[in-house]
Amino acid sequence: MAQWSTLSEAVASLVHDGDSVALEGFTHLIPFAAGHEIIRQRRRRLSLIRMTPDVIYDQLIGAGCAAKLTFSWGGNPGVGSLHRFRDAVEHDWPAPLELQERSHSDLANAYVAGAANLPFAVLRGYAGSDLARTGSHIRTIQCPFTGEELAATPCVRPEVAIIHAQKADRKGNVFLWGILGVQKEAVLAAKHSIVTVEEYAESLDAPPNACVLPHWVVSAVCLVPRGATPSYAHGYYGRDNAFYKRWDAISRDRSTFESWLKEHVLDTEDFAEYLKVLAETGRQVAPA
Amino acid sequence: MSAASYTSDEMMTISAARMLRNRQICFVGIGLPSTAANLARLTHAPDVVLIYESGPIGAKPAVLPLSIGDGDLAETADTVVSTPEIFRYWLQGGRIDVGFLGAAQLDRFANINTTVIGDYRKPSIRLPGAGGAPEISSSAKEVLIIAKQSERTFVDKLDFITSAGFLSGGDARKRAGIPGRGPTAVITDLCILRPDPKTFELTVTSIHPGITRELLKERTGWPLRFAVACEETPAPSSCELDVLRDLHRRTCLVHENGEGAHA
Repeated sequence: MAQWSTLSEAVASLVHDGDSVALEGFTHLIPFAAGHEIIRQRRRRLSLIRMTPDVIYDQLIGAGCAAKLTFSWGGNPGVGSLHRFRDAVEHDWPAPLELQERSHSDLANAYVAGAANLPFAVLRGYAGSDLARTGSHIRTIQCPFTGEELAATPCVRPEVAIIHAQKADRKGNVFLWGILGVQKEAVLAAKHSIVTVEEYAESLDAPPNACVLPHWVVSAVCLVPRGATPSYAHGYYGRDNAFYKRWDAISRDRSTFESWLKEHVLDTEDFAEYLKVLAETGRQVAPA
Repeated sequence: MSAASYTSDEMMTISAARMLRNRQICFVGIGLPSTAANLARLTHAPDVVLIYESGPIGAKPAVLPLSIGDGDLAETADTVVSTPEIFRYWLQGGRIDVGFLGAAQLDRFANINTTVIGDYRKPSIRLPGAGGAPEISSSAKEVLIIAKQSERTFVDKLDFITSAGFLSGGDARKRAGIPGRGPTAVITDLCILRPDPKTFELTVTSIHPGITRELLKERTGWPLRFAVACEETPAPSSCELDVLRDLHRRTCLVHENGEGAHA
Protein backbone atom coordinates (compact mmCIF):
# COMPACT_ATOMS: atom_id res chain seq x y z
CA MET A 1 0.00 0.00 0.00
CA ALA A 2 1.63 3.23 -1.13
CA GLN A 3 2.69 5.72 1.53
CA TRP A 4 3.49 9.29 0.60
CA SER A 5 6.78 10.12 2.30
CA THR A 6 9.96 12.07 1.85
CA LEU A 7 12.61 10.40 -0.28
CA SER A 8 14.98 10.37 2.67
CA GLU A 9 12.44 8.44 4.80
CA ALA A 10 11.65 6.03 1.97
CA VAL A 11 15.31 5.16 1.37
CA ALA A 12 15.99 4.91 5.11
CA SER A 13 13.18 2.43 5.66
CA LEU A 14 13.32 0.38 2.43
CA VAL A 15 16.95 0.24 1.23
CA HIS A 16 19.34 -1.66 3.48
CA ASP A 17 23.03 -2.54 3.26
CA GLY A 18 23.46 -5.71 1.18
CA ASP A 19 20.06 -5.42 -0.56
CA SER A 20 19.53 -6.08 -4.24
CA VAL A 21 18.26 -2.82 -5.70
CA ALA A 22 17.09 -2.01 -9.22
CA LEU A 23 16.89 1.63 -10.30
CA GLU A 24 15.29 1.50 -13.72
CA GLY A 25 14.54 4.01 -16.49
CA PHE A 26 15.71 3.51 -20.07
CA THR A 27 17.40 6.86 -20.83
CA HIS A 28 14.09 8.47 -19.81
CA LEU A 29 12.85 8.97 -16.20
CA ILE A 30 16.09 7.78 -14.57
CA PRO A 31 15.70 8.09 -10.77
CA PHE A 32 18.75 10.27 -10.13
CA ALA A 33 17.36 11.85 -6.93
CA ALA A 34 16.82 8.40 -5.39
CA GLY A 35 20.32 7.28 -6.40
CA HIS A 36 21.77 10.37 -4.72
CA GLU A 37 19.80 9.67 -1.54
CA ILE A 38 21.25 6.13 -1.41
CA ILE A 39 24.75 7.66 -1.70
CA ARG A 40 23.91 10.28 0.95
CA GLN A 41 22.73 7.60 3.36
CA ARG A 42 25.95 5.70 2.65
CA ARG A 43 24.43 2.33 1.81
CA ARG A 44 27.05 -0.38 1.26
CA ARG A 45 27.43 -3.79 -0.44
CA LEU A 46 24.37 -3.29 -2.63
CA SER A 47 23.72 -5.73 -5.42
CA LEU A 48 22.71 -3.26 -8.10
CA ILE A 49 20.60 -4.25 -11.09
CA ARG A 50 19.97 -2.11 -14.14
CA MET A 51 19.76 -2.67 -17.90
CA THR A 52 21.72 0.46 -18.73
CA PRO A 53 23.94 1.50 -15.83
CA ASP A 54 24.76 5.03 -16.86
CA VAL A 55 25.81 8.12 -14.95
CA ILE A 56 23.69 7.38 -11.83
CA TYR A 57 25.29 3.95 -11.42
CA ASP A 58 28.71 5.44 -12.14
CA GLN A 59 28.05 7.69 -9.14
CA LEU A 60 26.78 4.84 -6.92
CA ILE A 61 29.74 2.60 -7.86
CA GLY A 62 32.31 5.38 -7.42
CA ALA A 63 30.76 6.27 -4.06
CA GLY A 64 31.40 2.73 -2.84
CA CYS A 65 27.75 1.62 -2.53
CA ALA A 66 27.96 -1.46 -4.75
CA ALA A 67 29.42 -4.96 -4.42
CA LYS A 68 27.73 -6.48 -7.46
CA LEU A 69 26.24 -5.25 -10.72
CA THR A 70 23.78 -7.09 -12.93
CA PHE A 71 23.55 -5.23 -16.23
CA SER A 72 23.41 -5.36 -20.00
CA TRP A 73 25.01 -2.11 -21.25
CA GLY A 74 27.25 0.19 -19.21
CA GLY A 75 28.15 3.45 -20.89
CA ASN A 76 27.54 7.19 -20.88
CA PRO A 77 24.95 7.44 -23.68
CA GLY A 78 26.13 9.56 -26.56
CA VAL A 79 29.41 10.38 -24.76
CA GLY A 80 31.55 7.30 -24.08
CA SER A 81 32.85 5.28 -21.14
CA LEU A 82 31.68 5.23 -17.56
CA HIS A 83 34.99 5.92 -15.84
CA ARG A 84 33.98 4.98 -12.28
CA PHE A 85 32.46 1.69 -13.51
CA ARG A 86 35.61 0.95 -15.49
CA ASP A 87 37.87 1.85 -12.57
CA ALA A 88 35.94 -0.60 -10.37
CA VAL A 89 36.13 -3.41 -12.94
CA GLU A 90 39.68 -2.75 -14.12
CA HIS A 91 41.31 -1.69 -10.81
CA ASP A 92 38.91 -2.68 -8.00
CA TRP A 93 38.48 0.99 -7.00
CA PRO A 94 36.91 1.88 -4.61
CA ALA A 95 35.98 -1.78 -4.17
CA PRO A 96 35.87 -4.90 -6.33
CA LEU A 97 32.68 -5.13 -8.38
CA GLU A 98 31.26 -8.54 -9.18
CA LEU A 99 29.54 -8.55 -12.55
CA GLN A 100 26.61 -10.54 -13.79
CA GLU A 101 26.46 -9.61 -17.43
CA ARG A 102 23.45 -10.17 -19.66
CA SER A 103 22.10 -8.90 -22.96
CA HIS A 104 19.21 -6.41 -23.03
CA SER A 105 16.88 -9.11 -24.23
CA ASP A 106 17.94 -11.41 -21.39
CA LEU A 107 17.55 -8.82 -18.64
CA ALA A 108 14.22 -7.53 -20.00
CA ASN A 109 12.93 -11.12 -20.13
CA ALA A 110 14.30 -11.77 -16.62
CA TYR A 111 12.26 -8.86 -15.22
CA VAL A 112 9.17 -10.19 -17.00
CA ALA A 113 9.77 -13.61 -15.42
CA GLY A 114 10.25 -11.97 -12.02
CA ALA A 115 7.02 -10.01 -12.39
CA ALA A 116 5.23 -13.21 -13.45
CA ASN A 117 6.58 -15.14 -10.44
CA LEU A 118 8.42 -17.57 -12.70
CA PRO A 119 11.93 -18.84 -11.82
CA PHE A 120 13.42 -18.24 -15.25
CA ALA A 121 12.81 -16.80 -18.69
CA VAL A 122 13.25 -18.47 -22.06
CA LEU A 123 14.63 -16.65 -25.06
CA ARG A 124 16.03 -17.42 -28.46
CA GLY A 125 19.29 -15.69 -27.77
CA TYR A 126 23.00 -15.95 -27.10
CA ALA A 127 23.72 -18.53 -29.81
CA GLY A 128 27.38 -18.12 -30.70
CA SER A 129 28.00 -15.44 -28.07
CA ASP A 130 30.78 -15.78 -25.49
CA LEU A 131 28.36 -14.24 -22.99
CA ALA A 132 26.92 -17.71 -22.58
CA ARG A 133 30.38 -18.83 -21.40
CA THR A 134 31.36 -16.16 -18.86
CA GLY A 135 30.85 -18.36 -15.91
CA SER A 136 27.58 -17.75 -16.33
CA HIS A 137 24.03 -17.83 -15.27
CA ILE A 138 22.86 -18.77 -18.76
CA ARG A 139 21.71 -22.33 -19.42
CA THR A 140 20.39 -24.13 -22.45
CA ILE A 141 17.06 -25.93 -22.36
CA GLN A 142 15.23 -27.96 -24.92
CA CYS A 143 11.69 -27.10 -25.91
CA PRO A 144 9.54 -30.06 -24.73
CA PHE A 145 7.32 -29.69 -27.79
CA THR A 146 9.68 -29.06 -30.70
CA GLY A 147 13.09 -30.03 -29.35
CA GLU A 148 14.51 -26.58 -30.19
CA GLU A 149 17.45 -25.48 -28.05
CA LEU A 150 16.75 -22.22 -26.23
CA ALA A 151 18.52 -20.04 -23.69
CA ALA A 152 17.22 -20.01 -20.12
CA THR A 153 18.07 -17.17 -17.79
CA PRO A 154 17.19 -16.77 -14.12
CA CYS A 155 14.48 -14.28 -13.18
CA VAL A 156 15.34 -11.02 -11.46
CA ARG A 157 13.60 -10.38 -8.13
CA PRO A 158 15.09 -7.27 -6.51
CA GLU A 159 14.50 -6.47 -2.87
CA VAL A 160 13.68 -2.94 -3.94
CA ALA A 161 12.82 -1.39 -7.30
CA ILE A 162 13.11 2.37 -7.66
CA ILE A 163 11.63 4.34 -10.55
CA HIS A 164 10.71 7.92 -11.39
CA ALA A 165 7.31 8.81 -12.91
CA GLN A 166 5.40 11.87 -14.00
CA LYS A 167 2.41 11.83 -11.61
CA ALA A 168 0.80 10.19 -8.62
CA ASP A 169 -2.54 10.83 -6.93
CA ARG A 170 -3.54 11.04 -3.25
CA LYS A 171 -3.73 7.26 -2.86
CA GLY A 172 -0.36 6.77 -4.55
CA ASN A 173 -1.53 5.46 -7.93
CA VAL A 174 1.34 6.21 -10.33
CA PHE A 175 1.07 7.32 -13.98
CA LEU A 176 4.03 7.32 -16.37
CA TRP A 177 4.28 7.75 -20.12
CA GLY A 178 6.77 8.13 -22.97
CA ILE A 179 9.60 5.62 -23.15
CA LEU A 180 8.66 3.11 -20.45
CA GLY A 181 11.66 0.76 -20.47
CA VAL A 182 11.23 -2.02 -17.90
CA GLN A 183 9.90 0.12 -15.06
CA LYS A 184 6.55 -1.62 -14.67
CA GLU A 185 8.19 -5.06 -14.76
CA ALA A 186 10.87 -3.96 -12.25
CA VAL A 187 8.24 -2.75 -9.76
CA LEU A 188 6.17 -5.92 -10.14
CA ALA A 189 9.26 -8.16 -9.84
CA ALA A 190 10.46 -6.47 -6.63
CA LYS A 191 9.41 -7.04 -3.03
CA HIS A 192 9.28 -3.31 -2.34
CA SER A 193 9.25 -0.24 -4.53
CA ILE A 194 9.91 3.46 -4.28
CA VAL A 195 8.47 5.82 -6.89
CA THR A 196 9.58 9.44 -7.10
CA VAL A 197 7.25 11.69 -9.08
CA GLU A 198 7.32 15.08 -10.76
CA GLU A 199 3.89 16.06 -9.62
CA TYR A 200 1.06 15.36 -7.22
CA ALA A 201 -2.31 15.27 -9.02
CA GLU A 202 -5.83 15.24 -7.60
CA SER A 203 -6.79 13.10 -10.58
CA LEU A 204 -4.47 11.21 -12.94
CA ASP A 205 -6.76 11.55 -15.99
CA ALA A 206 -5.07 8.52 -17.50
CA PRO A 207 -6.64 6.96 -20.60
CA PRO A 208 -7.74 3.30 -20.24
CA ASN A 209 -4.59 1.62 -21.58
CA ALA A 210 -2.11 3.97 -19.97
CA CYS A 211 0.77 2.69 -17.88
CA VAL A 212 -0.63 3.10 -14.36
CA LEU A 213 0.81 1.30 -11.36
CA PRO A 214 -1.98 0.79 -8.82
CA HIS A 215 -1.18 2.17 -5.35
CA TRP A 216 -1.27 -1.28 -3.80
CA VAL A 217 1.84 -2.49 -5.72
CA VAL A 218 3.90 0.54 -4.66
CA SER A 219 5.53 0.88 -1.23
CA ALA A 220 6.45 4.55 -1.14
CA VAL A 221 5.68 7.59 -3.30
CA CYS A 222 7.84 10.70 -2.98
CA LEU A 223 7.37 14.09 -4.57
CA VAL A 224 10.73 15.07 -6.15
CA PRO A 225 10.35 17.64 -8.94
CA ARG A 226 13.13 17.31 -11.53
CA GLY A 227 14.11 14.07 -9.77
CA ALA A 228 15.17 12.47 -13.05
CA THR A 229 17.53 15.22 -14.23
CA PRO A 230 20.01 15.08 -16.02
CA SER A 231 17.85 12.49 -17.79
CA TYR A 232 14.47 13.78 -18.86
CA ALA A 233 10.81 13.59 -17.91
CA HIS A 234 8.59 13.56 -20.97
CA GLY A 235 6.26 16.54 -20.87
CA TYR A 236 8.23 18.24 -18.06
CA TYR A 237 11.85 18.86 -19.01
CA GLY A 238 14.43 17.77 -21.57
CA ARG A 239 17.63 15.81 -21.21
CA ASP A 240 20.56 17.82 -19.87
CA ASN A 241 22.95 16.69 -22.59
CA ALA A 242 25.58 19.16 -21.42
CA PHE A 243 25.76 17.46 -18.02
CA TYR A 244 26.31 14.03 -19.58
CA LYS A 245 29.25 15.56 -21.47
CA ARG A 246 30.57 17.28 -18.32
CA TRP A 247 30.37 13.99 -16.42
CA ASP A 248 33.11 12.59 -18.61
CA ALA A 249 35.62 15.09 -17.21
CA ILE A 250 34.29 14.96 -13.64
CA SER A 251 34.45 11.17 -13.45
CA ARG A 252 37.74 10.54 -15.27
CA ASP A 253 39.87 11.25 -12.22
CA ARG A 254 39.28 9.76 -8.75
CA SER A 255 39.94 12.92 -6.78
CA THR A 256 37.89 15.17 -9.10
CA PHE A 257 35.04 12.70 -8.76
CA GLU A 258 35.33 12.55 -4.97
CA SER A 259 35.28 16.30 -4.53
CA TRP A 260 32.34 16.60 -6.96
CA LEU A 261 30.44 13.94 -5.01
CA LYS A 262 31.18 15.59 -1.66
CA GLU A 263 30.14 19.05 -2.77
CA HIS A 264 27.04 18.01 -4.72
CA VAL A 265 25.68 14.93 -2.98
CA LEU A 266 27.23 14.10 0.40
CA ASP A 267 27.22 17.70 1.66
CA THR A 268 23.74 18.58 0.37
CA GLU A 269 20.55 18.00 2.34
CA ASP A 270 18.40 16.75 -0.51
CA PHE A 271 17.88 16.87 -4.28
CA ALA A 272 16.52 20.44 -4.20
CA GLU A 273 19.76 21.62 -2.61
CA TYR A 274 21.77 19.49 -5.07
CA LEU A 275 20.04 21.30 -7.94
CA LYS A 276 20.98 24.69 -6.44
CA VAL A 277 24.62 23.71 -5.97
CA LEU A 278 24.69 22.20 -9.46
CA ALA A 279 23.32 25.40 -10.97
CA GLU A 280 26.13 27.38 -9.28
CA THR A 281 28.95 25.03 -10.23
CA GLY A 282 27.47 24.67 -13.72
CA ARG A 283 27.73 28.44 -14.18
CA GLN A 284 31.38 28.32 -13.14
CA VAL A 285 32.31 25.79 -15.82
CA ALA A 286 30.08 27.19 -18.56
CA PRO A 287 32.00 29.09 -21.24
CA ALA A 288 31.78 32.86 -20.82
CA MET B 1 32.52 22.73 -48.34
CA SER B 2 31.31 22.22 -51.89
CA ALA B 3 29.29 19.21 -52.91
CA ALA B 4 32.25 17.89 -54.86
CA SER B 5 34.40 17.43 -51.77
CA TYR B 6 33.39 15.30 -48.84
CA THR B 7 34.92 13.61 -45.81
CA SER B 8 35.54 9.89 -45.39
CA ASP B 9 32.96 9.87 -42.58
CA GLU B 10 30.37 11.30 -44.96
CA MET B 11 31.27 8.68 -47.55
CA MET B 12 30.79 5.97 -44.92
CA THR B 13 27.41 7.23 -43.70
CA ILE B 14 26.12 7.76 -47.23
CA SER B 15 27.20 4.34 -48.49
CA ALA B 16 25.62 2.75 -45.42
CA ALA B 17 22.38 4.67 -45.96
CA ARG B 18 22.20 3.41 -49.56
CA MET B 19 22.03 -0.19 -48.26
CA LEU B 20 18.61 0.34 -46.72
CA ARG B 21 15.65 -0.15 -49.04
CA ASN B 22 12.36 1.67 -48.82
CA ARG B 23 9.73 0.02 -46.58
CA GLN B 24 12.24 -2.25 -44.87
CA ILE B 25 11.80 -2.70 -41.11
CA CYS B 26 15.07 -1.65 -39.51
CA PHE B 27 16.22 -2.12 -35.91
CA VAL B 28 18.63 0.76 -35.36
CA GLY B 29 21.63 1.05 -33.06
CA ILE B 30 22.56 4.47 -31.68
CA GLY B 31 25.37 6.53 -33.22
CA LEU B 32 26.59 5.78 -36.74
CA PRO B 33 23.77 3.30 -37.58
CA SER B 34 21.14 5.81 -36.50
CA THR B 35 22.71 8.55 -38.63
CA ALA B 36 22.80 6.32 -41.70
CA ALA B 37 19.27 4.99 -41.18
CA ASN B 38 17.83 8.49 -40.80
CA LEU B 39 19.72 9.67 -43.87
CA ALA B 40 18.11 6.81 -45.81
CA ARG B 41 14.69 7.86 -44.48
CA LEU B 42 15.30 11.47 -45.57
CA THR B 43 16.51 10.51 -49.05
CA HIS B 44 15.61 7.37 -51.03
CA ALA B 45 13.72 5.40 -48.35
CA PRO B 46 10.98 7.67 -46.94
CA ASP B 47 8.87 4.71 -45.78
CA VAL B 48 11.62 2.77 -44.02
CA VAL B 49 10.41 1.83 -40.52
CA LEU B 50 12.95 2.68 -37.82
CA ILE B 51 12.73 0.77 -34.53
CA TYR B 52 14.88 1.68 -31.51
CA GLU B 53 15.42 -0.74 -28.64
CA SER B 54 14.07 1.81 -26.14
CA GLY B 55 10.59 1.19 -27.57
CA PRO B 56 9.76 3.62 -30.41
CA ILE B 57 8.43 1.90 -33.54
CA GLY B 58 8.36 3.96 -36.73
CA ALA B 59 10.43 6.82 -35.28
CA LYS B 60 10.92 9.87 -37.53
CA PRO B 61 13.18 12.10 -35.43
CA ALA B 62 13.61 15.68 -36.60
CA VAL B 63 17.25 15.61 -35.52
CA LEU B 64 19.63 12.78 -34.63
CA PRO B 65 19.08 11.37 -31.16
CA LEU B 66 22.00 11.67 -28.75
CA SER B 67 20.81 8.72 -26.68
CA ILE B 68 18.89 5.60 -27.61
CA GLY B 69 15.85 6.88 -25.73
CA ASP B 70 15.58 10.57 -26.66
CA GLY B 71 12.08 11.99 -26.29
CA ASP B 72 11.99 13.01 -29.96
CA LEU B 73 12.04 9.30 -30.90
CA ALA B 74 8.94 8.66 -28.78
CA GLU B 75 7.09 11.74 -29.99
CA THR B 76 7.59 11.01 -33.68
CA ALA B 77 6.98 7.24 -33.51
CA ASP B 78 3.87 5.40 -34.69
CA THR B 79 3.78 3.74 -31.30
CA VAL B 80 6.03 3.31 -28.27
CA VAL B 81 6.17 -0.05 -26.54
CA SER B 82 8.02 -1.29 -23.46
CA THR B 83 11.55 -2.65 -23.68
CA PRO B 84 10.50 -6.27 -23.01
CA GLU B 85 7.92 -5.98 -25.78
CA ILE B 86 10.46 -4.63 -28.28
CA PHE B 87 12.73 -7.62 -27.75
CA ARG B 88 10.04 -10.28 -27.36
CA TYR B 89 7.35 -9.45 -29.93
CA TRP B 90 9.18 -7.34 -32.48
CA LEU B 91 12.76 -8.61 -32.63
CA GLN B 92 12.47 -12.24 -31.50
CA GLY B 93 9.06 -12.36 -33.18
CA GLY B 94 10.90 -12.21 -36.50
CA ARG B 95 9.54 -8.85 -37.65
CA ILE B 96 12.89 -7.14 -38.34
CA ASP B 97 14.32 -7.09 -41.87
CA VAL B 98 17.59 -5.35 -41.08
CA GLY B 99 19.54 -4.96 -37.87
CA PHE B 100 21.86 -1.96 -38.16
CA LEU B 101 24.83 -2.18 -35.79
CA GLY B 102 28.09 -0.48 -34.94
CA ALA B 103 31.12 -2.36 -33.60
CA ALA B 104 34.01 -1.61 -31.24
CA GLN B 105 35.92 -4.52 -32.78
CA LEU B 106 35.18 -7.10 -35.44
CA ASP B 107 36.99 -9.99 -37.05
CA ARG B 108 37.13 -11.43 -40.59
CA PHE B 109 33.91 -13.38 -40.00
CA ALA B 110 32.06 -10.26 -38.84
CA ASN B 111 31.82 -11.38 -35.24
CA ILE B 112 31.55 -8.33 -32.97
CA ASN B 113 33.19 -7.53 -29.63
CA THR B 114 31.70 -4.79 -27.45
CA THR B 115 32.57 -6.42 -24.12
CA VAL B 116 36.26 -6.38 -23.14
CA ILE B 117 39.78 -5.92 -24.42
CA GLY B 118 41.98 -8.48 -22.69
CA ASP B 119 40.91 -11.20 -20.30
CA TYR B 120 37.21 -11.19 -19.36
CA ARG B 121 37.89 -11.52 -15.62
CA LYS B 122 40.62 -8.86 -15.56
CA PRO B 123 40.17 -6.75 -18.68
CA SER B 124 42.64 -4.08 -19.71
CA ILE B 125 39.68 -2.15 -21.14
CA ARG B 126 36.14 -2.72 -20.06
CA LEU B 127 33.75 -1.87 -22.93
CA PRO B 128 30.04 -1.11 -22.40
CA GLY B 129 28.80 -4.63 -23.08
CA ALA B 130 26.18 -6.33 -25.17
CA GLY B 131 23.11 -4.14 -25.09
CA GLY B 132 20.68 -5.43 -27.68
CA ALA B 133 23.32 -6.57 -30.17
CA PRO B 134 23.50 -10.38 -29.58
CA GLU B 135 19.79 -10.81 -30.28
CA ILE B 136 19.72 -8.22 -33.07
CA SER B 137 22.53 -10.03 -34.84
CA SER B 138 20.79 -13.37 -34.45
CA SER B 139 17.10 -12.51 -34.94
CA ALA B 140 17.15 -9.82 -37.65
CA LYS B 141 16.78 -11.31 -41.12
CA GLU B 142 20.04 -9.61 -42.08
CA VAL B 143 22.57 -7.35 -40.40
CA LEU B 144 24.45 -4.29 -41.61
CA ILE B 145 27.54 -3.18 -39.70
CA ILE B 146 28.99 0.31 -39.91
CA ALA B 147 32.41 1.00 -38.38
CA LYS B 148 35.48 3.12 -39.02
CA GLN B 149 38.25 0.93 -40.35
CA SER B 150 41.50 0.69 -38.42
CA GLU B 151 43.87 -2.03 -37.26
CA ARG B 152 42.47 -1.58 -33.76
CA THR B 153 38.90 -2.16 -34.91
CA PHE B 154 39.44 -4.80 -37.62
CA VAL B 155 41.39 -7.36 -35.65
CA ASP B 156 42.80 -10.79 -36.41
CA LYS B 157 41.36 -12.33 -33.27
CA LEU B 158 38.66 -11.01 -30.96
CA ASP B 159 39.19 -11.17 -27.21
CA PHE B 160 35.47 -11.81 -26.83
CA ILE B 161 32.60 -12.58 -29.20
CA THR B 162 29.67 -10.52 -27.94
CA SER B 163 27.49 -10.88 -31.04
CA ALA B 164 27.81 -13.65 -33.57
CA GLY B 165 28.61 -13.00 -37.19
CA PHE B 166 29.68 -16.15 -39.02
CA LEU B 167 31.64 -17.51 -36.01
CA SER B 168 34.49 -19.62 -37.48
CA GLY B 169 33.18 -19.21 -41.04
CA GLY B 170 31.69 -21.66 -43.54
CA ASP B 171 28.44 -23.07 -42.20
CA ALA B 172 29.33 -22.42 -38.54
CA ARG B 173 26.54 -19.88 -38.09
CA LYS B 174 23.95 -22.24 -39.49
CA ARG B 175 25.22 -25.11 -37.35
CA ALA B 176 24.89 -22.93 -34.24
CA GLY B 177 21.17 -22.70 -35.01
CA ILE B 178 21.07 -18.93 -35.42
CA PRO B 179 17.89 -17.91 -37.28
CA GLY B 180 18.94 -14.77 -39.23
CA ARG B 181 21.25 -14.70 -42.28
CA GLY B 182 23.82 -12.63 -40.42
CA PRO B 183 25.89 -9.69 -41.66
CA THR B 184 25.41 -8.98 -45.37
CA ALA B 185 27.70 -5.94 -45.51
CA VAL B 186 30.23 -4.04 -43.43
CA ILE B 187 30.44 -0.40 -44.41
CA THR B 188 33.54 1.55 -43.42
CA ASP B 189 35.05 4.95 -44.12
CA LEU B 190 37.26 3.28 -46.75
CA CYS B 191 35.30 0.49 -48.40
CA ILE B 192 32.43 -1.98 -48.33
CA LEU B 193 33.07 -5.59 -47.36
CA ARG B 194 30.72 -8.49 -47.93
CA PRO B 195 30.94 -12.13 -46.81
CA ASP B 196 32.33 -14.52 -49.37
CA PRO B 197 29.46 -16.83 -50.45
CA LYS B 198 31.38 -19.97 -49.44
CA THR B 199 33.86 -19.14 -46.68
CA PHE B 200 31.84 -16.21 -45.28
CA GLU B 201 35.09 -14.30 -44.78
CA LEU B 202 34.65 -10.56 -45.27
CA THR B 203 36.06 -9.51 -48.63
CA VAL B 204 36.27 -6.06 -50.13
CA THR B 205 33.62 -5.66 -52.80
CA SER B 206 33.68 -1.89 -53.25
CA ILE B 207 36.40 0.66 -52.58
CA HIS B 208 35.56 4.29 -51.87
CA PRO B 209 36.98 6.81 -54.39
CA GLY B 210 40.64 7.70 -53.84
CA ILE B 211 41.35 4.84 -51.43
CA THR B 212 44.17 2.44 -52.32
CA ARG B 213 44.32 -1.30 -51.68
CA GLU B 214 47.53 -0.71 -49.72
CA LEU B 215 45.74 1.60 -47.28
CA LEU B 216 42.96 -0.95 -46.81
CA LYS B 217 45.51 -3.67 -46.01
CA GLU B 218 47.29 -1.37 -43.55
CA ARG B 219 44.05 -0.67 -41.73
CA THR B 220 43.05 -4.32 -41.39
CA GLY B 221 44.41 -6.75 -38.81
CA TRP B 222 44.04 -9.85 -41.02
CA PRO B 223 45.32 -10.60 -44.55
CA LEU B 224 42.59 -8.81 -46.46
CA ARG B 225 40.99 -10.37 -49.56
CA PHE B 226 39.43 -8.52 -52.46
CA ALA B 227 36.52 -9.79 -54.53
CA VAL B 228 37.28 -10.48 -58.19
CA ALA B 229 34.59 -8.02 -59.23
CA CYS B 230 35.69 -5.29 -56.82
CA GLU B 231 34.11 -1.95 -57.76
CA GLU B 232 34.55 1.69 -56.92
CA THR B 233 31.84 3.06 -54.63
CA PRO B 234 29.95 5.88 -56.38
CA ALA B 235 30.91 9.21 -54.78
CA PRO B 236 28.24 10.97 -52.70
CA SER B 237 25.72 12.95 -54.74
CA SER B 238 25.18 16.59 -53.90
CA CYS B 239 21.67 15.72 -52.74
CA GLU B 240 22.97 13.06 -50.32
CA LEU B 241 25.59 15.47 -48.98
CA ASP B 242 23.10 18.33 -48.60
CA VAL B 243 20.63 16.23 -46.65
CA LEU B 244 23.32 14.73 -44.40
CA ARG B 245 24.94 18.09 -43.66
CA ASP B 246 21.61 19.71 -42.99
CA LEU B 247 20.74 16.88 -40.59
CA HIS B 248 24.01 17.37 -38.70
CA ARG B 249 23.49 21.14 -38.65
CA ARG B 250 20.00 20.85 -37.18
CA THR B 251 21.19 18.23 -34.68
CA CYS B 252 24.00 20.48 -33.43
CA LEU B 253 21.63 23.42 -33.02
CA VAL B 254 19.21 21.42 -30.90
CA HIS B 255 21.72 19.50 -28.77
CA GLU B 256 23.97 22.46 -28.12
CA ASN B 257 21.11 24.57 -26.83
CA GLY B 258 21.49 22.66 -23.58
CA GLU B 259 18.35 20.66 -23.04
CA GLY B 260 16.94 18.19 -25.54
CA ALA B 261 14.20 19.24 -27.92
CA HIS B 262 11.37 17.52 -26.13
CA ALA B 263 10.94 19.54 -22.94
